[in-house]
Parts: sequence; structure tokens; C-alpha cells
Amino acid sequence: MNDMSPTREERVEKLKGLGSSRKRVEDARFTQGKGNYVDDVKLPGMLHGDFVRSPYAHARVKSINIDAAMALPGVIAVLTAKDLEPLSLHWMPTLAGDKQMVLADGKVLFQGQEVAFVVAEDRYIAADACELVEVDYEELPVIVDPFEALESDTVLREDLEAGADGAHGPRKHHNHIFLWEEGEKEATEQVIDSAEVVAEEMVYYHRTHPCPLETCGSVASMDKVNGKLTLWGTFQAPHVVRTVASLLSGIEEHNIRVISPDIGGGFGNKVGVYPGYVCSIVASIVTGQPVKWIEDRMDNLMATAFARDYWMKGKISATKEGKITGLHCHVTADHGAFDACADPTKFPAGFFHICTGSYDIPVAYVGVDGVYTNKAPGGVAYRCSFRVTEAAYFIERMIEVLAMELNMDAAELRRINFIKKDQFPYQSALGWEFDSGDYHTAWDKALDAVDYAGLRKEQEERVAAFKRGETRKLLGIGLTHFTEIVGAGPVKNCDILGMGMFDSCEIRIHPTGSAVARLGTISQGQGHATTFAQILASETGIPADSITIEEGDTDTAPYGLGTYGSRSTPVAGAATAMAGRKIRAKAQMIAAYLLEVHDNDLEWDVDRFVVKGAPERFKTMAEIAYAAYNQAIPGVEPGLEAVSYYDPPNMTYPFGAYVCVMEIDVDTGEHEIRQFYALDDCGTRINPMVIEGQVHGGLTEALAIAMGQEIAYDKLGNVKTGTLMDFFLPTAWETPNYTTDFTETPSPHHPIGAKGVGESPNVGGVPAFSNAVHDAFRAFGLRQSHMPHDHWRIWKTANDLGLHG
Amino acid sequence: MIPPAFEYHRPQDVASAVQILAEQGDEARCLAGGHSLIPMMKLRMAAVEHLVDLQDIAEMQGITTESGTIRIGAMVTQHELITSDALASAAPIIREAALQIADPQVRYMGTVGGNVANGDPGNDMPGLMQALDATFHLHGPDGARDVAAREFFEAAYMTAREDEEILTAITFAPHAKGYAYEKQKRKIGDYATAAAAVLIEKDGMVAGNATVAMTNLSDTPVFSEAAGAALTGTSCDAHAMKAAIDAMLNDIDPTEDNRGPVEFKRHVAGVILSRAISRAWDRA
Ligand SMILES: Cc1cc2nc3c(=O)[nH]c(=O)nc-3n(C[C@H](O)[C@H](O)[C@H](O)COP(=O)(O)OP(=O)(O)OC[C@H]3O[C@@H](n4cnc5c(N)ncnc54)[C@H](O)[C@@H]3O)c2cc1C
Repeated sequence: MNDMSPTREERVEKLKGLGSSRKRVEDARFTQGKGNYVDDVKLPGMLHGDFVRSPYAHARVKSINIDAAMALPGVIAVLTAKDLEPLSLHWMPTLAGDKQMVLADGKVLFQGQEVAFVVAEDRYIAADACELVEVDYEELPVIVDPFEALESDTVLREDLEAGADGAHGPRKHHNHIFLWEEGEKEATEQVIDSAEVVAEEMVYYHRTHPCPLETCGSVASMDKVNGKLTLWGTFQAPHVVRTVASLLSGIEEHNIRVISPDIGGGFGNKVGVYPGYVCSIVASIVTGQPVKWIEDRMDNLMATAFARDYWMKGKISATKEGKITGLHCHVTADHGAFDACADPTKFPAGFFHICTGSYDIPVAYVGVDGVYTNKAPGGVAYRCSFRVTEAAYFIERMIEVLAMELNMDAAELRRINFIKKDQFPYQSALGWEFDSGDYHTAWDKALDAVDYAGLRKEQEERVAAFKRGETRKLLGIGLTHFTEIVGAGPVKNCDILGMGMFDSCEIRIHPTGSAVARLGTISQGQGHATTFAQILASETGIPADSITIEEGDTDTAPYGLGTYGSRSTPVAGAATAMAGRKIRAKAQMIAAYLLEVHDNDLEWDVDRFVVKGAPERFKTMAEIAYAAYNQAIPGVEPGLEAVSYYDPPNMTYPFGAYVCVMEIDVDTGEHEIRQFYALDDCGTRINPMVIEGQVHGGLTEALAIAMGQEIAYDKLGNVKTGTLMDFFLPTAWETPNYTTDFTETPSPHHPIGAKGVGESPNVGGVPAFSNAVHDAFRAFGLRQSHMPHDHWRIWKTANDLGLHG
Repeated sequence: MIPPAFEYHRPQDVASAVQILAEQGDEARCLAGGHSLIPMMKLRMAAVEHLVDLQDIAEMQGITTESGTIRIGAMVTQHELITSDALASAAPIIREAALQIADPQVRYMGTVGGNVANGDPGNDMPGLMQALDATFHLHGPDGARDVAAREFFEAAYMTAREDEEILTAITFAPHAKGYAYEKQKRKIGDYATAAAAVLIEKDGMVAGNATVAMTNLSDTPVFSEAAGAALTGTSCDAHAMKAAIDAMLNDIDPTEDNRGPVEFKRHVAGVILSRAISRAWDRA
């Protein structure tokens, strides 16, 4: 006999499915110091590697003498390019179709570049031995400016054949990497040339770094007896690492097991393949012992993947009334010494062409010139989809500049140019199909929430008081309406090193009605173990608390492209829902058999199938699971498992409306954020609390980038911000209060309508903070001042505007 | 970020510590809180073969206030400076300044002795001690000697202390009623872009003795006698303030770094000093 209690509400609550602010299941171990990170991997006989790094940004390596290092007791090996060359591993392919030195081959091209890899019995000996490796350098001219690079006679990449095409077409200069174009150049230029109003500006998005709290590292263990290589590492894409490791090493893929254990933040920094990974593998193969390599903070900031460094020259045209007619953008992209961007193959500038933003712009053109300089390689998506933060910053600055040109309120200018709700799905001038949106509703809600009109009035009064000499503080109102493009992506146009960017989920329901699900992604703090269980709970009726989520072990998880670019929920989340639906379909057949009715006579109700019209007759998912394993059901295979590989039909387009209210001290350049309002629309909301956490974290990283964080070089290519004293990571002290809010516009093509949220706050936050700074000085004519807006730069802005008397 | 190997010593009294320093010469260094020295060792910018840890030396601990003199043992941590009731009443500027040093974790470890002995122009205590006209007590192989804080700092990381001498304590008299320590920094845990220590004694309606010392604006702390003098006899009005700032600007010599260019630092130094003077005067 079936028990009618608990009630439906109680069952829904027990499920903790979609929409539940379920607490993060990961946090118990993280907050108790029980996480398991790469550096926690300790194997018997494990050796330790460390790099000799280049002190110069550009130099010829005339000789390397390892004798003194080898003589130090405890040193096992010192690898140089010469040792890797017979294995063809002294260079490696980058994700961007270029190649990169694993160890300096004849010259070094950036400060901190890996020159030799020391392997020793312990970490201390390895560090001591590094000092004993004698490298004879001959300094070469250094280029840290991409514009200068394109004029200079100095050839940075002597390995590339002069005049030959690169991975993305012709190279017009020896320091040029590619020109990538999208949109209609001539048509755009015509519109702009004949426009009533044109605003033109150079918008620089400075070089910064994702700086995850855990630096990069790996442990390689070659089992020579069984021919198996196990590799633990800080990998945002473990399956891709396995494939690449197999292709590079010649070890068959089934003999390689890659494990991403707990990862202490990635933010794009852990997508690429680094020399340290390769060297730890080679060293383990050579020595037959496990080899660990862990970066320190300075290594991480100096040598692993940076983000941004885009010089964006824009022109935007409009009618006198403010209707935008065209957008033109040319980017000079500083990629550093090697092109090691992590973008889908066909997109060397990522999805930068989302730069028409939230606006209905009839015609547009983008051209991006990639350039080599003597800086670290990278160009990763730091908490954003590929180059989307750059794009959002660009358009949101251009809108502000256009508003000045039109002498118009920037909120109103946005409103009259938003893509309207009924225009979705919307084809952008640069080739994207925006899936869904309701920008006007979000915008009005945001402006109401902050009393926008009141703020403008206060600002006007403040300016007047400032001019009367009654205050030295200005008030800035930073507006942003951003549209993201995430969830890469459809295999027809998105791949990484030839591998389509689908993702996957495999579910096993256990006989007693609990489950394990494995995905091709890997959490680095996003809380997948919490939220993916919620998707499955809603799809299968098994409480989230009874579902284990596993990721990151290539021997057990299905193949997937990993976690970055806010793709996990849009792609793997979709696979999870689809796999859940396969489970439910089979469960329905089993329930029909058990209840002796036709499949079509059943309907799904939270956690059970119920006979239509007879609510007392039902089978819960737990009962069905038990039967699936223990009862012979004619025509149905035993067991209850499902796999789904999901190739998304389109990207998803989360959006949001942010307002930042900032006080600025014109004398000291200090700022105070009085209010920050963030409205996010990420489609269906899986876990509101996790969303809020993601928004807080992303906004704080945005604050860092906009207000102080940078990787700065001097003219000799020395990194000036290589420690956390100078590289700004905000603490609670610098972090303001955030007010979060939402609208919910589901994605029409995603199985549960979710769009992804982890990166929105960084994409939208940076322009909101930066626009607030600019807006404070708008009354005094400021059009553009480059980030980061640290004290001295704000002071300089005020000084240049004559505000210091 | 791994230091080379070193020998570790942990003497129980000043005499044994001095003896180790004397024996090992310039291969030995004192270790107080380690929050300046250890980063340097990890960066391999300081090669120290013998580390002489001072934490067990009882005579270098403690804060006393007796017969008009405040004595702070060199090994007193910044955290202890903040929580000491005796200091809060006799020299509240110490607490105000110490609260602006780094962050709580650093302050639990960093000592007042290490902060001044280090000779780092970025440290906050040296300028403060100059404003207080403190005396530094040194112990070396030849016995004890005293050096005035205003005479102690010679250049960046260069002080009047000899290699084999130990700074054991700092003494000074209770300070003027008007006091302020003002500091601009980029973020928590940062050294000053500019900082000012100001003490003003009120003499009737005007300022009597006034002292001004600035931090991180030269290769040593800057005790600006002229800036103090510009305030004496005035009501610290706009005119006097400007004179003090001009005098101070004559004495500082900042250099460009990640905190900003020279022009900016000079401007901020003026703003910070004016804020410090206003607050000190309000309290005077
Ligand atoms: C992140 C960070 C931020 C910081 N920010 C600030 C700041 O804003 N303001 C500030 O003032 N400081 C700052 N500091 C420095 C901190 O206050 C140091 O702790 C302090 O400067 C040195 O004190 P210590 O006890 O740690 O000395 P140690 O590091 O142990 O020693 C410093 C030097 O002084 C010598 N020494 C130490 N004690 C004696 C002694 N008794 N006799 C002779 N020689 C001695 C040592 O040999 C060494 O050369 C910061 C430090 C960190 C790590």
C-alpha cells in the first residue's frame, strides 16, 4: 500500500532541486582544511622540480652550465632544451595554433621564461640547485609595446619563417601574428563617414592576471612496469590535457590518466598547457619516479597566462537623437612572446565580436591585429568567456563617450538603443544569434532600485558644491548594461585543438535510489557538486542530497572539454538534464510495468510516476530503481544508467544591469564605493545562493581589475607587479557591499533554460566601476582615462583636468 | 620563494645574542618577527647563514611607564602596542599608527624593534619615533649605548646600529595632547604612499612645540623641524598649514614607484600632512 504522506510540498522541499538555495556540499571539506589539492598529492619516492627562469625579457642564451647544480647532493637531473629536443618536446603547440618553447631554445623572450628544469630529492635542494645553474645570456633589444613591435626591425620570433602565413592567415610583419576580421568594413565606414554624430576613442584594457589563490602545478607518475602515466594537475580541462599529453608523448591515450583534484580557483589561468606540466612528465619518464612541480606566487604572476592587454580603437556613430547607426573597432592585441590564447580554434580573438553589446546596431566591423612582444604569453579569459570582458568594456565605454558627444544622459542613450524583447532571437551585425533577453525591464528595474533620477540630482549639486570650493569629493554614477556570450559551444564552429566543444554527463542510479553522476567539466570553486545534483534532482526525483557528483578523473568521467568560459551549466548542465531525462524515460516504462498501465497513462510528479486520475497509485523513483535492478521486466534491460553528450545548438546570452555609485577624492585619488547594485539575468536560476556567491566573487575581481590590479612592465621588460604587495587582490577591507537582484529570462534552447552566471559579474563589473570613475569627472570633460584607476592615475586625471588649482 | 639553508640560534639573553653576532660577523642577522627579514631571505635578496632568534629574551619584552618615561622592549609586537592600556593613555599616537600597519596577521608577528632596526623607509615606526624624539638603546660587544631616533637613520636599510649590536628597547616621554598619525595606502597590507606623524602642544590659544615627521617620502624617515616650527605660535590656520606643508616639501625627496610618480607623492604628502595637522590641532 502506498503512503500518501509526505505532502507534495514536503517532497519538493526534500528534493532540493532547481531554485533551492541548498548549501554548498563542497564547503564542509574546504572550510575544515580537508580539501585535496595537487600539492596534497604525496607519493613514495616523489621528486621535486623547479625552474631556472630568465631574468631578461629578451636575450640570447649562449650557454648553460649545469655542472655545479648536478654536483649538489640530492640533485637528480637538470633538463634543458637540448635534453628535450630528441623527444621533440623542447617546443610544444599552443591552444592558439602557435608553438611555445618548453625550455629556452637559443633565446628567451620574456622575463620569467623557463630555461632549465631542476629535479631533486626535495623542494629545498631543487631551489638551491637552480641558483647553481650558470646561464650565459647576451641581452637583446626589448619590446614591450605592441605598436612599437609592429614598426621594429627586431625580430622576436626567429623560429617563424619570414613571410609565411601563421595559423590564422597572413602575417604582415615579423612581429605580427594575425589579422582577424568580422563584419562589413566598407559599409560600416560609409555609415560612420556620413553620420550626424561620431564618437571616437582609444579604449585600453590593461594587462592583468587571474591570480588564482592556488598556483599551477602537477604531479606526474610514470609506472614503467604497466606503461601507465598518471598526471595530477591544476587543469580546467583534464580530458583535453590527456589527449594533448598523448599526442605529444606518444603514450597511447588509454595509458594516460589525468586527474584534476580540488582546484583552488582557475579563472582561465589553468586552461592552457604549461612547460611545468611537460617537464614533470618528461622528468618522471626519465627518472622512473613521480615528479612534482608547484609554482610559487611570483612564478604564477610572471610566467603563466595573463589576461586582456587589448588596445581598442573605436568609432561609434549615431543620429542627432541618439539612435546608433554603426560601430567600428580596431584592436591591437598584445599576445606576448607566444600566441598562447585559449580560444576556440576559429576565433583568434575569442568572441570579441560580441562587442555590439546589448544594442541594436545595424552595421559593424571588427578587426584584431595580434602582436608579439617580450611579455609572458597568455591572453586567457579571466573569469569571462573568450575576450568578452574586453568587448563589454569597449562598448560600455563607447556608449558613455557617445553620450558625452550627444550631450545626453547615458542611461537614456542605452534605453533607446537596446535590442527590444520582441526582436529575439536577434541576429547581431557581427554574426551572433542572441537567444533571449528583456533588457528594458532589467534596466528600468535597476534604475528604479537606485533612484537614478535622485542620484543625478545629487551629482549635479555635488559638482556645484565642488565648484564653489565646499567639497573635494566628486560623485560618479557608473552604469553598465552588458550582454555576455557563454557556453561554448556548438561543435560546428567551436573546437579546441580540433576537439568539439560538447560536454557530457553519465548517471548511475543505485538500486536503493541514490545516484552518482560524472561530468566532463571540473569545478574550481563554482560548486558543481551542489548545483548539478540539483538539476538531476529535478529531472529524476532523487533528492540532491542523495546524488554524488564527480568530475576531473579521466578514467571515470566521460569526455568533456572542461570548465571555463561559463560553459559548464550551458553545456554540461544541459547534458546533465538530458541524461536525467533518459533516466526518467526508462523509469516510466518500468513504472508502467509495475503499475500495470500503459506508459501514456502515467504522469510525472516531483519524485514519482502517478497513474493519471488515480493519485493513490504511483511508483517513486526509489521504488523504480530497485525494480530496475531486481525485477525481470520484459523488453527492458536491467539497470538504470544514462549518458548524454550534449552539443549545444547555440551559445547562451546572459545579461545584466549594474550601477556603481562612487565617491572620489580628487586630491588623493582615493575612492569609496557607496553603493553597488547588480541585477543579473542568467535565465533559469538553479541555486540563488550559489548565484549570489558567484556574483559577489566576480564583482570583487572586477573591482580589483578596474581599481588597481595589473601586470605592469618597465621598458626593459621587468615585471613590476610580481608579488601580492603590488598586484592587487582585494580583501574584505577593500570590498564594498553589493546588492544583488535578478530578472529571469530563460534560454529557449537550453533544456532547463539556464544560461550561466559565473562570469557575468566580471564582464559587467569592470565597466561599471570604470564608468563610475569616468562619470565623476564627466562634468569636467573627461572622455577616457585608462584602467586601473588606482590612486595616482585618478589623481593624474584630476590634475590634467586642472582640478588641483 | 625558498631561502637558502641557515643555522638557527635561540639565545636566552642579550649577552649571548650579542656574542653570536660578534662571532659570526656579517653572516649573522637577528630575527625578530621575521616579517621583513624572512621575505627578503625567501627572495634570496638577503643571504643569512646564522639566524639569531630574539624571541626568548625576556629583557627585550614588555612595556613600562615609569617616572615620566615610557619604555618599550624591542620585541614588543605591533599587536601588543595596540592592546596596551598603558600606551593608550601615555602615548595614544602609537596605537593610532600601529593600527595602520599592514594587517592583523603581520601585526601579531612584527615587532617595534624590527620595524625601526630594519631601516626600511616604508616602515611606519621610524618616523613616529622621530616625532616622539625617542631614544634607541643598543647593546653591543662593547656594552650599551643610546642613539636618538632623529640620529639613527642614515639611508635605506642603513642605520647607526653596528652589525653586532642589538636594539633592546626604545624610550620616550609622554607626548603632546594634540596628536595624529595619518597615512595613505593603496590597500590593506600596504606600505604608505605618504604618512605623517604630527604632535602639537597647545600653548594658550596657539600652538607651542610642534613636531612633524613623514614616512616613505625619502630614503629615510623625514623629521621636518621646519614644518613643526612653522606651526609654533600659530593657530594652525590655513596660512600656517601652508607654511608647514611648504617646509615639509623642502625636506622630502620621494622617488617614483608603483605607488605613483614624484609629483603625485608630493601632492599627497601635502594633503596627508594637512589632515594630520587638523586632527592634531583639534585634539590639542
Ligand atoms: C604584507 C606586509 C605588509 C607590511 N606593511 C607594513 C606597513 O604598512 N608599515 C610598517 O611599518 N611595516 C609593515 N610591514 C613590516 C612589518 O611591520 C615588519 O614586521 C617590521 O617592519 C619588521 O619587524 P619584524 O619584527 O618582523 O622584524 P624582522 O623581519 O625579524 O627583522 C627586520 C630586520 O631588523 C633586524 N632586527 C630585528 N630586530 C632587531 C633588534 N632587536 N636589534 C637589531 N636588529 C634587529 C633584523 O635582523 C632584520 O634585518 C609589513 C610586512 C608585511 C609582510
